[in-house]
Amino acid sequence: METKTAAPAPREISTKPRTSDRIFRGVVTGFGMASLVILTLIGLFLALRGFQTFKSEGFHFLTGVKWESVTSESGKITNNFGVGAMLIGTVLIATVALVIGVPLSVLSALYLTFYAPERIKKLLVTVVDLMAAFPSILYGLWGFFVLMPMVEYWAKLMFKYLRWIPIFDAPQPFFERSPFVAGVVLAIMIIPIVTSVSREIFAQTPLDRIQAAYALGATRWGMIKAVVFPFGSSGVVGGAMLGLGRAFGETVAVYSVLNIVFKVNIHILYGTGGNIASMIILKWGEAVGDETKALLAAGFILFVLTLLVNMFANFIVRRTLKSGK
Amino acid sequence: MATTTISSVQPQKPWKATPAEIMPTILLLIGSMVATFAIVALTPMKGKLAYFFLFFVIGTASISIRTGLSRGRTAAVDSMASAIAFTGAAVVFMPVASILFTTIQKGVAGLHLSLFTQTMFTASYSDPISKGGLLHALVGTIYLIVISIIISVPMGILTALYLTEIKGPGAAFIQFIVQAMSGIPSVVAGLFIFAALIVSTPIKASGIAGAFALSILMIPTVTRTAQEVLLLVPNDLREAGQALGATQWRTVATIVVPAARNGLITATILGVARIAGETAPLLFTVGGSDNLNWNPFKDYQGALPFYVWKGLLLGTPESIQRAWTGILVLLTLVLILFVLARVFGGKRMKK
Repeated sequence: METKTAAPAPREISTKPRTSDRIFRGVVTGFGMASLVILTLIGLFLALRGFQTFKSEGFHFLTGVKWESVTSESGKITNNFGVGAMLIGTVLIATVALVIGVPLSVLSALYLTFYAPERIKKLLVTVVDLMAAFPSILYGLWGFFVLMPMVEYWAKLMFKYLRWIPIFDAPQPFFERSPFVAGVVLAIMIIPIVTSVSREIFAQTPLDRIQAAYALGATRWGMIKAVVFPFGSSGVVGGAMLGLGRAFGETVAVYSVLNIVFKVNIHILYGTGGNIASMIILKWGEAVGDETKALLAAGFILFVLTLLVNMFANFIVRRTLKSGK
Repeated sequence: MATTTISSVQPQKPWKATPAEIMPTILLLIGSMVATFAIVALTPMKGKLAYFFLFFVIGTASISIRTGLSRGRTAAVDSMASAIAFTGAAVVFMPVASILFTTIQKGVAGLHLSLFTQTMFTASYSDPISKGGLLHALVGTIYLIVISIIISVPMGILTALYLTEIKGPGAAFIQFIVQAMSGIPSVVAGLFIFAALIVSTPIKASGIAGAFALSILMIPTVTRTAQEVLLLVPNDLREAGQALGATQWRTVATIVVPAARNGLITATILGVARIAGETAPLLFTVGGSDNLNWNPFKDYQGALPFYVWKGLLLGTPESIQRAWTGILVLLTLVLILFVLARVFGGKRMKK
């Protein structure tokens, strides 16, 4: 018996994605753009709410060193808001953090990549990861109760022997809660990010160049000097800048250990100072009306500052990582 | 029957230092330790700093001089570099040990059972620690974590899928944006939620507002880890799915994501660990209630970091004790998450 069935119509071949795929791609692309939207909104809203302050204070907002809102007897409010002193403080503290933190991070990254035996390496990587996971308020608490007495002692020594350098001088011998203490705490806090970025970059050093150096009879240090540093130095700079961005934005830890005073202070050992982020939470509690707007404007400055530093840092790091491949 | 003994050759490791070669180094280190103690005892240099500094200088110098005498100047510089690198790593190790030690030592003193059953509603922060507890803060933190997961994990994973599966024309740019976003200071995230929601919408300071702020910090962490994991899924699997006629949607949903499941769990845990201890954004967004609040959409909410913050700010001995105990509970939470992330991450590596 033979049954005849009609041959199926030839399937239409097309490269057009199915409806399900189109929906999938649409949804995923939409969410992919979410980060961009959030970032834009942050800038937009902070600028919008701070607009009034920017308008009334003008450029003075960046250079002014006073933060006061005075209500006279007739009820007229005179505002004078400027983040200049805090901006200088932010840079000062972050610089101290970098000067202490970056060399330590680079040394540990070198040790991890080229010296450490496998077991110690694993342990140390865990320790560095753990440091990154510690909450910043823990650093603040520990910094205040454990680190500060020690650092105060170091500060006294530095004051005694290095006074002739202007930044180590102090108008009064008052070394508690100084920018130096805050800088040391921040140095510890940026170690994880700088170490892991440096380690990633050192690990990308082309193996053939390393082996070539050894084959020519280089010692380990000779190899590092001749191969690793030329290859990785710009990447390490990028990692240090990521740490700088972290140090600019740190709030709670700095607030815990620093004596925040609205004055330009470039004596790192002297116990007054501040940074923008910690100033915002200091003033937030009592702020009303115009002052709240001014604080949001200060937040905008901080946002722009950290964003620029981070973008530049990521750019450098990525370029270095690519050049190794 | 005669037994035949098989003698196998032991692998030689000629590069490994023999005990005779290590011995002088150890002796030198012991010698420098003795010298350090002697100098500290005899000269006015005192304190931990003096011990550490002298030991480092004497140890490094004596080892490099010995190497220099036997193998020349280049070798001396090399061994000095190794000693300095080792010291750098050791210095990094110290604060972590100190932090863990201090937190446990000071925190345990305040631990008691009613801590987890009572709130601060009737107690004041300067009361003895046996009065009141941190239940409200614990509940608040759990709410914040759960809501943040609900918001950030889908967003983070979908963004990662966009970067690895769709690879649209904007992928490189979005990658750049995600990296920039992970550097946003936490205080800015809090200010943004305040400026965007609390000022002008019906959403007031509450658990949900806090979770929004935390999500801004969590999304980039989840995205970056998820992306790394998705890149580890072999391309063969994707091609196999397509060869069987599956659409891209089916391939991703039934092959790629399940293959990366453990890694995606790690991404979630790392994201939670990132936000669990954040304090700054909460100061603007959750209100910091001292009372138990089961409704995350209304009224002020407490949180563990906020509890620690209040204790630290008040500054009385009792409130500081509260802060240490609070941070111990918080640190335990973070450590559990950390270990979990390692466990799931380890499974991923083995595959």
